[in-house]
Amino acid sequence: MATILTVDDTASMRQMISFTLNSAGHEVLQASDGNEALKVLQGKKVDLVICDVNMPNMDGITLVKSLRELVEYKFTPILMLTTESQESKRQQGKSVGATGWIVKPFNPEQLLTIVKKVLK
Amino acid sequence: MAIDMRQFHDTFFEESLEGLAHMETELMHLEKVFASNPDDDSVASNPEIMNTIFRAAHSIKGGSSTFGFGDVAEFSHVLESRLDALRDGRCRPDRHVVNLILKAVDCLRGLIVAARHGKPADMSAVQLVRSQLEALQEDELASSRTRDLPAPSAGSTAAYARWRIYFRPQPQFFHTGNDPLRILRELDGLGVLKVQTDLSGLPAWEEVDAETCYLAWTMELSGEVTRDAILEVFDWVIEDCKLDIEPLPVASDKPQPLVAPDAVHSVDNHSGSIRVSTPKVDALINTVGELVITQSMLSQLADNFTLECLPKLFIGISQLERNTRELQDSVMRIRMLPLSFTFNRFPRLVRDISHKLGKNVDLRISGEQTELDKTIIERISDVLMHLVRNCLDHGIESPAERAAAGKPERGIIELKAYQKSGNVVIEISDDGRGIQRERVFAKAVERGLMSADAKYTSKEIHDLIFLPGFSTAETVSDVSGRGVGMDVVRSNIAELGGGVELDSEEGRGTCFTVRLPLTLAILEGLSVQAGDHVYILPLVSIIESIRLTDDQISRPAGGNEIFALRQEYLPLVRLHDLFHLKSRPTSLGQGIIVVIEADGKKAGLYVDDLLGQQQVVIKSLETHYHRVEGISAATILGDGTVAMILDASGLVRMAHVPSAVAADAAGSPDSNALMIAGAPANPTGHELRN
Repeated sequence: MATILTVDDTASMRQMISFTLNSAGHEVLQASDGNEALKVLQGKKVDLVICDVNMPNMDGITLVKSLRELVEYKFTPILMLTTESQESKRQQGKSVGATGWIVKPFNPEQLLTIVKKVLK
Repeated sequence: MAIDMRQFHDTFFEESLEGLAHMETELMHLEKVFASNPDDDSVASNPEIMNTIFRAAHSIKGGSSTFGFGDVAEFSHVLESRLDALRDGRCRPDRHVVNLILKAVDCLRGLIVAARHGKPADMSAVQLVRSQLEALQEDELASSRTRDLPAPSAGSTAAYARWRIYFRPQPQFFHTGNDPLRILRELDGLGVLKVQTDLSGLPAWEEVDAETCYLAWTMELSGEVTRDAILEVFDWVIEDCKLDIEPLPVASDKPQPLVAPDAVHSVDNHSGSIRVSTPKVDALINTVGELVITQSMLSQLADNFTLECLPKLFIGISQLERNTRELQDSVMRIRMLPLSFTFNRFPRLVRDISHKLGKNVDLRISGEQTELDKTIIERISDVLMHLVRNCLDHGIESPAERAAAGKPERGIIELKAYQKSGNVVIEISDDGRGIQRERVFAKAVERGLMSADAKYTSKEIHDLIFLPGFSTAETVSDVSGRGVGMDVVRSNIAELGGGVELDSEEGRGTCFTVRLPLTLAILEGLSVQAGDHVYILPLVSIIESIRLTDDQISRPAGGNEIFALRQEYLPLVRLHDLFHLKSRPTSLGQGIIVVIEADGKKAGLYVDDLLGQQQVVIKSLETHYHRVEGISAATILGDGTVAMILDASGLVRMAHVPSAVAADAAGSPDSNALMIAGAPANPTGHELRN
C-alpha cells in the first residue's frame, strides 16, 4: 500500500485523516506545518501528500511550491484541503503545482475515494 | 467503511478551545496596535496577527463541519467572513469591532462547550451576536455569500447513454503531479470507454522532453453517466486542458442517484483527557529504559551472589533509587500543565473589566511556563480570577485619583509565577491604593476583634480580611476595598494544600502570594508517632512544636483543654483520645505538642514523638474504606504499613467547635482573639516551617 504524508495544523484533522488512511492499509506520516513536512520528507519518498492551506510557519501554498522544486517530488501527487469558499486558494495552489484538492467538509469515505483516484 | 468520527471529537474540542484563546489574545494585541496608531494600517503592517486569528477561525470551521457540528460551523463561517473583511482592510479593528468579535469568540466557545457536553447552547445569545456580525458586514458580504456557483449547464444532471470526450492536456500537465492515465482510468470506471490517442502533437523524437505532455485523446464513453460525473473527473485539471464533452444520440432519462452518507452526529460525555507533549513521553520512556537496565543488572547479581558482590549491589540499589525518583518525576510531569492555561484568560478579563470600570490597566504576566498539576490548575483558576478582579475593582484607582496621587494614570497588575522549594508560587500584585490600615483596624475594633489600645503588626491587620464575613460589601469595599469572600479564597487554596499571604502598603499597592504544591498526588509530610501508630501531618499546616508539662494545661468549664502560647490560648487535641489509642503517655511532658494552623485558626496536637519529614503518596481513604473525621487520606510507608494522613483543617475545626461554644456562653471575647492573633518570634519550640 501507499505511504502518505498528511500536513495540517489541527490535530483532529490529522488524526481523522491518518486513522482513515491507516484503516485502508496505508502508511501515514504526519506534520503540523510546511516546515515540519519538509523535515519529515527529508530522505523519504512518499506516494501522496495531503496538505492544509492555512498553517502557521509555512502554509500549504509555499509547501507545494517548495516540494515541486525538489527532484523527488516533481511529479508526486499533492492534494490540498480547502473549503468551498477558497476558490482563489485553489487556483493559487494549482499555479504552484498542486495536483488537486479535497473540499472540506469531507467524510472518511470521500477521502478514500479521492485518494484511490491519485494512487496508481 | 464505517469510521466512528466521535474518537476525534475530544481533540477537536481541545484544539478549538485553544484556538479561541489564541484568537482572543491576538485580537487584544491587534486592538492595542490599532489604538496606539489609528492612522497606520495596522492590519496590513501586522499580517501575522491577523493570520493567526483567521487561521484559528478557519480551523474551527473546517473541523466542525467535518465532525458534524453544524451550529459551530455556521457561526464560525459568519465570523470568518467578518475576519476576512478585517484582513482585507474593509473594516478597521476599532474597539467596537474588536468587542463584537470577542463576543463572537465567546459565543463560539459556548457552542463548542455545549457540543462537547452534548447540551443545547444558548442560541438566543448566539443569534444576537450573529445578527450584529451580519449587520456589520453590510454590503461587502453579499458578494461572498452568494458564491459564483457554476450555473448548471444543459444536460448537467441528465444521464446519457453515450458521450464523446475530447481531452487535450496542456504541455506542462505533469508538473502538478497529475497524470492523464489516471483520468482515463477513472473515466473507464464510469462506463465502457473506447480510447483513441491523438499523436499529432508529438514532436520529432530528438526533441521530445520527457516531462512534457504532447498527447491528446478522443474517447467514447457508454453507460448511464451524467455530465457532472464526467466533469468531476476533470475537476482538478479543468483549466490545464482543453476539454469537450458532448452527448451522442440515444438518450435515457434516468439520472444517477446521488448518495451522500450523512455523518452520524451523536455526542458522548467528555472523558477527562490530557494532551501530553512528546518530549515528556520520551523522557518517560527513557527512564523506563534505564529502569529495565538496572533491573537486569540486579537480577544478574542475584543469580550468583557472593559477598564480593555487595558493593555492586549497593551501586545497583542506589541506581534503582535514582530511576524510581526520575520515573516518579516524569510521570508527575505528564499531569503537569503550564500555568499559561489559566493565565491566558486574564488579558481578556482585565481588558473587559477595566473598560467597564473606566480604569486604565496594564497586565503584566511572567512565569506562565511554570507547570502545575492539571487538577490544581483547574481549581485555582477561579481563585486567581477572584484575586485579579479584586485588584481591578478595589486596588487600582481611577485615572483621576491616580493622577492626584502623583502616579501614572495607567495602573499595573502583575501576575507572576515561579517555583520555590518544591512549591509553585503565584503572585498577584497591583500598584493601587493598598489596604487602608486604619479603616480596617477601626472596623476590627468595632467588631470586637481587636482592642483599640493594643499594638498590632501590619500582617495581623492584613490577615483580618481573610476572616469570614469580615469584609462584607458595606464595611470594606467602599473604604479600603479588599475582597468579598476572601475567606473563601483562603479556604479554597487550603483545600489544595496551599496557602495565601498578603502584603500591602497603603498608597503603593497590594500583593497576594499564593503558594501551591506541585501536585495533589504526593504530599510533603511530617510523620509523628502516637501510641503504636504512625500518622502523617501535612508539612504546610505545621507552625512549630513545643513541649509542655501538665500544669501548663487548663480546662475551662465544659470546654476542651487549652494551653497558652505567647499571647494566645490554643485548644489541645490529644491524638490518643481522638482515635481511642490503647497506649498513652502518663504525663504530658513525655510527648510533644505540634502547633498546626488551618483556615486561619490554630490548635495544638499532642503526639508521642516526631519521627521525621518525608514525601508520601496519597491514597484516597474514601475509595478504599470510608470517610473518617480528622483524617484526609492514607499512605503506605516504606515498611509496608498503612499510615493515616491527618486532616489539619478538620482537626482544627474539631478542636474549636466545643470551645467556641463554651467561650461564647461565658461571653468571652477570647474565642475571636484566638483566631486572629499572629505568632511573633518563638523562644520555646523549634521552627519547622520558614
